[in-house]
Amino acid sequence: MVKASQQELEKYKKLQKKYTPPRPWFRNAIQAFLIGGAISMAGEAVRQFFIFGMGMSPKTAGPPTSSVMIFLGALLTGIGIYDQIGRVGGMGAALPITGFSNSIVSPAMEFKREGWVMGVGARMFTVAGPVIVYGLLTAFAVGFVQFALTGGKG
Amino acid sequence: MPSASTFLYAFLIGGLLCVLAQLVVDVIKLTPASTMVLFVSLGAIASGIGLYEPLTKFAGAGATVPLPGFGHVLVQGISEGMSKKGFMGLFAGGLEAAAMALTVAIIIGYLTSVLFNPKG
Repeated sequence: MVKASQQELEKYKKLQKKYTPPRPWFRNAIQAFLIGGAISMAGEAVRQFFIFGMGMSPKTAGPPTSSVMIFLGALLTGIGIYDQIGRVGGMGAALPITGFSNSIVSPAMEFKREGWVMGVGARMFTVAGPVIVYGLLTAFAVGFVQFALTGGKG
Repeated sequence: MPSASTFLYAFLIGGLLCVLAQLVVDVIKLTPASTMVLFVSLGAIASGIGLYEPLTKFAGAGATVPLPGFGHVLVQGISEGMSKKGFMGLFAGGLEAAAMALTVAIIIGYLTSVLFNPKG
């Protein structure tokens, strides 16, 4: 194998830069806004149903709203629609809790052939695992500071 | 009564959070997974300094449906746990508040991946 000289490497990098299409960040942002906004608005409809239809307080309506959105995200992933939404929406589809649900179902389906334990059981948490780990770590740190400042009076 | 303005604010704030996440992916070039992790943590911090609760009041699901809302739920649960159980609440409160969503995610996620096969 011949090693490329420094000059050749520089040249190659320049060529690579020239031919790599720039990320259409502006279009991506608009699409993320529309899809993310639409999913949030659907979530608001569910939340208002629990508040005004079921007479829940805004606080108690939180977990059931999340649960319905998780269900919808999983179902749309199962029938193959959420991946299409994700291709358009990018983080607009990934950041809402429906995307969290998608991140659980999608690899679990994909890796079913690796078995029920190390396939489905483990792959469910490919993304959800880190989200829970770092979410809880940060929340714990925040809570610890609050505890230190207030003696745990909240 | 449900008001139209809450729907509008849910759309705007939910959309805006997603735009920020998209910019993190496109400009700072974090992976989507890392960005999701980052935003949960940012939500927890924003909740800790008292910024997130007003946002949920203002935008409803626009603040609670995107992942920073999950960080907010964890922090809120911990501070509630601490006011009820003191030091033990610091450990128990977070997952207690997230228990329903996580259990639903695991059960529904499991069933869906058993029942459906990947398309294409």
